Amino acid sequence: MPVSQVDLFRLCTGALLAAGVVAAGLAACVNSTPDKAPSASTDGRKAAASSVTVYAAASLKSPFTEIASKFEAANPGTKVTLNFAGSSALVSQITQGAPADVFASADSRNMDELSAAGLIDGTPTNFATNVLTIAVSSADPASISSFADLAKPGIKVVVCAPQVPCGAATRKVEKAAGTTLMPVSEESSVADVLGKVTSGEADAGLVYVTDVKTAGDRVKGITFRESDQAVNTYPIAAMGSSKNKELANAFIAMVTGSEGKRVLGDAGFGAL
Amino acid sequence: MTPVSVPCRKRWTASKTNGQNTGYTGFPPWVFALAAAGGLFVLLPLAAMVARINWGQFIPLITSESSLTALGLSLRTSAAGTVLCIVFGVPLAFVLARASFPGQRLLRAFVLLPLVLPPVVGGIALLYTFGRQGLLGRTLELAGMQIAFSTTAVVLAQTFVALPFLVVSLEGALRTAGIKYEAVAATLGAHPTTVLRRVSIPLVLPGIASGSVLSFARCLGEFGATLTFAGSLQGVTRTLPLEIYLQRETDADAAVALSLLLVAVAVAVVGLSRPRPRPLAEEAESE
Repeated sequence: MPVSQVDLFRLCTGALLAAGVVAAGLAACVNSTPDKAPSASTDGRKAAASSVTVYAAASLKSPFTEIASKFEAANPGTKVTLNFAGSSALVSQITQGAPADVFASADSRNMDELSAAGLIDGTPTNFATNVLTIAVSSADPASISSFADLAKPGIKVVVCAPQVPCGAATRKVEKAAGTTLMPVSEESSVADVLGKVTSGEADAGLVYVTDVKTAGDRVKGITFRESDQAVNTYPIAAMGSSKNKELANAFIAMVTGSEGKRVLGDAGFGAL
Repeated sequence: MTPVSVPCRKRWTASKTNGQNTGYTGFPPWVFALAAAGGLFVLLPLAAMVARINWGQFIPLITSESSLTALGLSLRTSAAGTVLCIVFGVPLAFVLARASFPGQRLLRAFVLLPLVLPPVVGGIALLYTFGRQGLLGRTLELAGMQIAFSTTAVVLAQTFVALPFLVVSLEGALRTAGIKYEAVAATLGAHPTTVLRRVSIPLVLPGIASGSVLSFARCLGEFGATLTFAGSLQGVTRTLPLEIYLQRETDADAAVALSLLLVAVAVAVVGLSRPRPRPLAEEAESE
């Protein structure tokens, strides 16, 4: 029996080691791929010219994935690499030297940060808006119909922390409505808020209109009057360090053009 | 016969003294090179983090109200989590080390699972167990207990991920100790509970202590399961790792300062309270 215990412990340690090695290897791959792209340009210009890396806010995942495939279809031989995360996380990646060609932010504050650091080529273009909505599970056990309902005793509301864009918007709406919420949790991302609602842990959460669209049938959105007091504007810009500025600007043109507007509108974003 | 055996014993003693004093390690020198690389791999990121600290703002940043609340909550929940680990982990270690029953290996594998499981998976599993819509959630709610978004949820998440640390280290200690003293106590007529209390537990107390320290440190660092299962609210569920994650959004200086604070607390707990490992020779003699 002692042998089996030792074996199992070795197995566990082995698994952990293997996981570590794989993670390190993956990290190396992720880092090396964008580095290799420009070096390949010396032997074959095509490879470098036909690839564009887009860093976009997590809320843009579904429309940007669609726009990227349309872009690839319209420009045969091009490859769009997408990286979705919270806008502020993307900003810190870019300031640390991540090789982005295009950055699309969920708010102007994060874009301003990159502008101030001198990392942007030209001026950002605003291309979409997004507003908050109340997300409830489709059963809606607490029967919520207005923003004021969220402040009723016994209602479990989850919001974003004021440090992140959706939380800042929540604060503005609270002020406009004259209602102070007593949330049971202040999450770091809109995805975490939505997760607490879909799992039924919370009665309601404040998320963006577009999040409710992506969540499908499990969640229902309840629009409220005061939401127009906190409209989030999404800017997009090419990066100054981009080696494919032409392609980067072509991608931005598609996002801001009629095709992009249609896709974004379908996803619930507002037009400018 | 005698002239032969004496030099023989002398040589053995000499080689033993050599092993202790002349720096003979029993492994080739290149092992040192790899060990140094491994050490650097851990130390370099820590040094890089320390280099990034804004020392002028360090004290105000780590003594801000939200930081102190998060630290206090982390210490309290980790202490509670460690107590739960001891209460359930010590019996588990005894059963796994000394009993023999069908399915024992499977049980051990499952108990150790949180060691290799991503914490966020643990959080999801806890949610489906203790959450409002979970397996036990309804029953608990009827009993007047609401675990979601409470400090209890944080403690449960921490206990879940930290339990295997205590079980693994104590099980090892129990196997090494053997059961000869217990057997003697039993033949002298001691009740099994008396044997456990007066013989078994005192014998493996160092194992329980080091296991508890590891569990406490793991509780302190718990992030993924807490975020998924408990939420994040100042003073209730926002522990120090969650506070660091949130501060990172707006204030990189605060995030780095709090990270160093967490590292310092963890080093203090693990470094100061772990018993020194026994030298190899002593271990060999005891077996």
